[in-house]
Amino acid sequence: MIKPMSFLYVPVIALVVLLGATASTAAPSADSPDQVTIDRLASLFAAVSFDHAAHVEIAGDCATCHHHTTGDGAGTGRCGRCHAQSPKTAEVACGSCHQVDPFSAAALERKADDRYQYHVDKPGLKAAYHWNCLGCHEQSGGPTGCGDCHPRTPAGDAFYRAGAYAPKTAAAPAH
Amino acid sequence: MSGISRRRFLAASLAGCAATTLCGTQKALAAGSFTGYPEGMGVLVDMTRCIGCRSCEAACNREQNLPAPAKPFDDLSVFDETFHGGTQKRRPDENAYTVVNRYEPPGGKPVYRKVQCNHCNEPACLSSCFVNAYTKTQEGAVVYNSKICVGCRNCMIACPFNIPGYSYSSAFDPVVKKCIFCHETRLKNGRPPACVEICPQQALTFGKRRELIKIAHQRIHNEPGRYVDHLYGEKELGGTSWMYLSSAPFEQVGFDVAVQNEPIIANVKDFLSTVPMVLAIWPAMFTGFHLLAKRRGGHGHDDDHGGDHAASHGEEGGQS
Repeated sequence: MIKPMSFLYVPVIALVVLLGATASTAAPSADSPDQVTIDRLASLFAAVSFDHAAHVEIAGDCATCHHHTTGDGAGTGRCGRCHAQSPKTAEVACGSCHQVDPFSAAALERKADDRYQYHVDKPGLKAAYHWNCLGCHEQSGGPTGCGDCHPRTPAGDAFYRAGAYAPKTAAAPAH
Repeated sequence: MSGISRRRFLAASLAGCAATTLCGTQKALAAGSFTGYPEGMGVLVDMTRCIGCRSCEAACNREQNLPAPAKPFDDLSVFDETFHGGTQKRRPDENAYTVVNRYEPPGGKPVYRKVQCNHCNEPACLSSCFVNAYTKTQEGAVVYNSKICVGCRNCMIACPFNIPGYSYSSAFDPVVKKCIFCHETRLKNGRPPACVEICPQQALTFGKRRELIKIAHQRIHNEPGRYVDHLYGEKELGGTSWMYLSSAPFEQVGFDVAVQNEPIIANVKDFLSTVPMVLAIWPAMFTGFHLLAKRRGGHGHDDDHGGDHAASHGEEGGQS
């Protein structure tokens, strides 16, 4: 039932190395990457070419997206209770904390075994991306359509029965 | 009839009645206390996170090899479809085991509600199925065996959520069709259902049901302004494996808030436990009363008192 942890972590570690290499020394405008290609989850949708530099300017504070991991502190709210003085972490990429597969048997087992874990309701990587981006974009009037950030691939068209794979006949009521 | 005394007969009748009643009550209590398998899995649907992208519908369609839809899964015009004179929104059927509907509660953003089988702890469909086609698995899924199903559609009437669909399109072998929690392909292998995995917003959280209840109440506690203080499915109808959190009052987003907290079978269990008593004990008991009464009326006839009278009817023999 439980997959060997080492196999599960291979893609996550790969991601951490990939993004960590480009973003581990992130400090606004100085060492942070100007461009990040978010392709870890790309299959039905193409990779996102993320203009990090532009978002650094918009967000102003690294903690807006990176919580406490860049050493900016996490404010005075709930996170600040523990993380107000937290130092910069070794990895700041989203995928270093947010799991690709948060509901795998191994992930659930690990969560159940760790009785002292506080962050039991942490979103997976896909949700972390979408919450972070959509949350701001809805408030600031940024793009919110699926295709605005990542165009659908042919595999995605087939999956959604759209585009070239759309139903041929005129839409008939299902009932 | 002459081989049994009135006292022994009455004592036996009363003992029989008491035994039937006690056994029935015990069974009813034991069955009524079933609150689901302790390790059963569930899904927490957080409607405040859902953006109505219909990816879950597409994932379900592919995972369950369902027929092509009438409209593409990225076509959001389906949210405007209504049926039965505008009184009903879309509901699951043989071609779609899950659908997402949009609601516009007063003074708020649109709320999207995913509809599928809620996988009750004590399912009404299972209770109503007289061929025992339904099973509540220890993983939490309510599954059915289409080879056993005779297509009577009792479960469709019994389900308080109007979930089971029917393959009306099949002329010769119509069976009931509904969400099975991806039991065969995923759940029993420890994997989340396809809809959970595809959801971009993690509006669907998969885990042990008892853990999800804690998580849900923690979310309400952390953000009281975001949620209505209720977890739909925690108590409703004896508890369901799929449970919902909402920003709008549940009655405004298509939920039946009038449902009872007891499982449907609780409505008939007490009655059913008396059926054996009524059918088996009462005829015997009243026949006995009748015969005794009739016999007493015949006491005056000497013919009724044979030579063995004193041996078998000692008490009455003493009277006569």
